[in-house]
Amino acid sequence: MAAHNLKHALFCAIITLIIAYPILGFNLVASGTNIILEGATTQTVISVLLAAVVVFLFQLFRDNIMALLGKAPALNPLANRQPMEQSRRLKLESTILTLIIIGALIWPFFVSRGSVDLATLVLIYIMLALGLNVVVGLAGLLDLGYVAFYAVGAYTFALLSQYYGVSFWFALPIGALLAATFGLVLGFPVLRLRGDYLAIVTLGFGEIIRILLNNMTSLTGGPNGIGGIPDPTLFGMEFGRRVKEEGNTSFHETFGIAYSSEHKIIFLYLIALVLAVITALVIRRLMRMPVGRAWEALREDEIAARSLGLSRTSVKLSAFTIGAFFAGFAGTVFASKQGFISPESFVFLESAIVLAIVVLGGMGSQLGVILAAIAVTILPELAREFSEYRMLIFGAAMVLMMVWRPQGLMPMRRIHIELEKQE
Amino acid sequence: MQDLLYFLQQLINGLTIGSTYALIAIGYTMVYGIIGMINFAHGEIYMIGAYTALIAITGLAALGIAWLPLILIVALVCAMIVSSSMGWAVERVAYRPVRGRHRLIPLISAIGMSIFLQNYVHLAQGSRNIGFPALIEGGFRFGSADSFQTSISYMQITIFITTLICMTLLSLFISRSRIGRACRAVSQDLGMASLLGIDTNRIISATFVIGAALAAVAGLLLGMYYGSIDPLFGFIAGLKAFTAAVLGGIGSIPGAMLGGLILGVAESMTSGYLSGEYKDVVSFGLLILILLFKPTGLLGKPEVEKI
Repeated sequence: MAAHNLKHALFCAIITLIIAYPILGFNLVASGTNIILEGATTQTVISVLLAAVVVFLFQLFRDNIMALLGKAPALNPLANRQPMEQSRRLKLESTILTLIIIGALIWPFFVSRGSVDLATLVLIYIMLALGLNVVVGLAGLLDLGYVAFYAVGAYTFALLSQYYGVSFWFALPIGALLAATFGLVLGFPVLRLRGDYLAIVTLGFGEIIRILLNNMTSLTGGPNGIGGIPDPTLFGMEFGRRVKEEGNTSFHETFGIAYSSEHKIIFLYLIALVLAVITALVIRRLMRMPVGRAWEALREDEIAARSLGLSRTSVKLSAFTIGAFFAGFAGTVFASKQGFISPESFVFLESAIVLAIVVLGGMGSQLGVILAAIAVTILPELAREFSEYRMLIFGAAMVLMMVWRPQGLMPMRRIHIELEKQE
Repeated sequence: MQDLLYFLQQLINGLTIGSTYALIAIGYTMVYGIIGMINFAHGEIYMIGAYTALIAITGLAALGIAWLPLILIVALVCAMIVSSSMGWAVERVAYRPVRGRHRLIPLISAIGMSIFLQNYVHLAQGSRNIGFPALIEGGFRFGSADSFQTSISYMQITIFITTLICMTLLSLFISRSRIGRACRAVSQDLGMASLLGIDTNRIISATFVIGAALAAVAGLLLGMYYGSIDPLFGFIAGLKAFTAAVLGGIGSIPGAMLGGLILGVAESMTSGYLSGEYKDVVSFGLLILILLFKPTGLLGKPEVEKI
């Protein structure tokens, strides 16, 4: 056994060197029209060697380490606890949620402008992730082109405001409904496909939407995007220093306070907060309704669910459409927050980030998804010096999550009875 | 005559691109045929192959070696070794632990791996386009000099020949060798093959290694053909190759070859007669249409849903 382990460990160490050294150890540098090769710093070379040694040692003592790790879950006292009683859990959850919402309402008035802006972005991601959670977490449909619906929402608002001067409040339902229509139209043919084919088709669809946005220059401005998207108004009151549209008044004049650019940012934050709360509540309701149960039933066992008389197409379609609807919501807010959108904001990576949020949070669990959205958006901001490693860590986290904890950090818990093992 | 020459030109370009798509598609189709998962990180392995080849080429140039066949062979071997190791490691780290779980779990793991590898190269080599030296220049021209000329470059001929050699070797390997026979057995029935004494884990690793090696060949060829590479170029190419694999019938090796060629020609016809910007739309649209109307592809076998 020891000899076998040694051979395997050596092999793994060599593979580590092969995959790490050429890419990390040499840098391709363009000098004029030529490319020259430069050796990397000694530090990099040493760390590559160190990595190989670590892999070697780990593989050599793999059995011992795994045995040690096997004991670790026993240290977590919560691992095997029974889920809380339904009524108690509901009460606790609603108390916590109310406290969080109250906190979130007061909080922006005491902090800096930058953090409110970031918080708005977090809320947009929360909306997106909650919407995708319906599709991926509850209905079990892997949608890799989710960002397309987000783009539909954002571009609807941008185009309507550019060509017809439609305001935010009118564009919000239109954008969401249009995104939902896109979801319906796309979903109808593709939802018959099996899980992984569906993933690829939605991915292709997302790319098609982006390419179309990029190339229909006369309508969408192509890669230059659309700018000058108006801010939302509060009952016809604008937040700018001067009123842009006839008949509107400005917020600071109406209330007789000094103009401050922070008003607009806080207002946007509050809108995003309200919309995110609405999203969460609506989806929470839906989860408890027959349609929500049907989503989960279909996810767990499609054949069993169909044999009980659930219509596969309509159940999946409802999840897909509702997910798309909230993406459209988020898109409209995003367009309004940025004031400028271009196809660059709607690349596949965005879909992957939202998917990562859902996966990290625990598919199906709302609280988990919200916490994951906050973590994924804020952590890179806190650790700025590591920001370029953000996506690297993301990818690694997705793999590790799937390997070790596919149910996510805060999985959805259900009351259930487990049969005790017969001795 | 003019039109015919123009058409021929598009056909040649399409077949060139298509044959490299076929090389990448083999990796998708073999993995899918055996363990039924989409290896999302395959496009990145192809990209890493292209980077390794470029590093080897510049390294040899720095050493003062100028004999073209030697440069190409060394670059090819380096790229194949690094890519295969990468393929092996990816399977070991990201796919083996999640094998046999719900369908979505390996897929998400694969997406994570793809993002990881993209950023690994991005951090190590920068996100800029890097020029890939055109080592093979020149070509033949047909048609009168004062009107449109159909040209076929030596590079294109190299791509054809290399692809042909690779495909022949692969077919021989699959049909004649011991591992190839085991591969076919495992793809028919994994459990049964395992009962009959085939080390299925090894065969699955072997599939990843073979797929990655072919992707590395495609990486070198396409890198030279396009003239520049960047860390993101594996993603779209991977998607195209996946389309090719689905088009031909996923799980079928001749299908992947056929699918690659058809897709390449469809793309070059679109850019030749419509507009270059829409060629991606056409290939993704094609993918969606096939999956909708003939999910088994051209040469695939229908899949029976078992309870």
